[in-house]
Amino acid sequence: MTTPMVKFDNVTKRYGSLTVLDSLNLDIASNEKVAIIGPSGSGKTTVLRMLMTLERINEGIIYVDGEPMTHMERNGKLVPANERHLRRVRGNVGMVFQHFNLFPHMSAMKNCMEAPIHVLGLSKQEAADRAAELLDMVGLGDKKDQYPSQLSGGQQQRVAIARALAMRPKVMLFDEVTSALDPELVGEVLNVIRKLGTEHNLTMLMVTHQMGFAREFADRVCFFYGGKIAESGKPSEIFSNPKEERTRQFLSAVLEAS
Amino acid sequence: MLWDWNYVWEIMPALLRASIVTVQATLLGFVLAAVLGLIFAILRMSRSNWISIPTAGFVEFIRSTPVLIQIFFVFFVFPEFGIVLPAMVAGVIALGLHYGTYCSEVYRAGLENIPRGQWEASIALNLSPYITFRDIIIPQAIPPVIPALGNYLVALFKETPLLSAIAVLELMQTAKILGSENFRYVEPMTLVGGFFLVMSIVAAAGIRQVEAYLNRTLRNPGGAR
Repeated sequence: MTTPMVKFDNVTKRYGSLTVLDSLNLDIASNEKVAIIGPSGSGKTTVLRMLMTLERINEGIIYVDGEPMTHMERNGKLVPANERHLRRVRGNVGMVFQHFNLFPHMSAMKNCMEAPIHVLGLSKQEAADRAAELLDMVGLGDKKDQYPSQLSGGQQQRVAIARALAMRPKVMLFDEVTSALDPELVGEVLNVIRKLGTEHNLTMLMVTHQMGFAREFADRVCFFYGGKIAESGKPSEIFSNPKEERTRQFLSAVLEAS
Repeated sequence: MLWDWNYVWEIMPALLRASIVTVQATLLGFVLAAVLGLIFAILRMSRSNWISIPTAGFVEFIRSTPVLIQIFFVFFVFPEFGIVLPAMVAGVIALGLHYGTYCSEVYRAGLENIPRGQWEASIALNLSPYITFRDIIIPQAIPPVIPALGNYLVALFKETPLLSAIAVLELMQTAKILGSENFRYVEPMTLVGGFFLVMSIVAAAGIRQVEAYLNRTLRNPGGAR
């Protein structure tokens, strides 16, 4: 069996006395596209935030590409990772946020060049070439010098995708990336993600409320409930023939709303 | 006669020379305050309590004691520890330190106003803390606090007469000497007051210009809203 790209091994996350994720076990294969669905407060966004090292975990270990991420080896034992270890392993993971989080004082190009220059050590020219290529790919070749405030939400989110890709991550995390968009702008962002899925070798994890997109795009759907994976499987199984009562209730509620 | 124009023209050259010292002390003191303030603000935000708590304590201590005492301390007490400083240097250090603690509160407000998403995006892109501060956080945090920093520039400027207490030959000290030499205080003191008034108004106008410039280039790039 090949090493999974991402492995959650008995991961628990608590905020005070509230357990957000309860002994999560989840393996994601290289190049696999996993959609995470579930009611709010079920811990789905926390999964991504832990994998991006934005949240520390309380128990368990997260592995990325076969290597412990939340921990590091010291004298043959695994100890919690220090900042230096995190900085090294974190490079495998990129994230796109619900609210884009573009740098407002930088043009679309500069947003995409900042990290490649200062983290990967690319020259200005190399970083500019890479940024231009990616902005072309997300369909914003003509908006390179625009600032975030001059772009629509959908365009900003596409810049954010290009910015994350510029770091050449192996794993991409999408955290409700269309939730803050006007309905007519959702399609352009989903199209870019679709394109990524077919043209790039990327492992993708997405938290989404776009059930149609999850069904069509994902290899696997995980339904989260109360900090656990209540049910997971192929989209066709989950959406057409859910085994769990909770999944059924959630899906019918969501589908009714849309 | 209450007002003697001949006397005014006679003391004007000396006062103008002294005004240069006042401006120098102001600018040097403020540069020091602006730099120290940013350092204090960043140290205070440190996740390590070993750094943030002593910094907070130091800032509170300096802020809560009179600047005149600090000026005296640097000039008269430091030599006891082998640090002998010229009056001007001692004065600039004390003023810069004192106003640095005020500035640090201003910076802190600016830094805390940066949305959490900016920090998270910086982590997701694996930017180092140094690059995050230099390229992402500080360019967004400073423009909104320029007016508040400018107020402290003007306030510091108006506190420079305190340096006369350690005999720095700035405006106030020079006016005092002229007054006592000629037994006439009306003209020198009035001129000093007028000078401070004019300079404060000029400085305030300058700050507005800087603020408008920074707003255009950093805060609202491209001009769109």
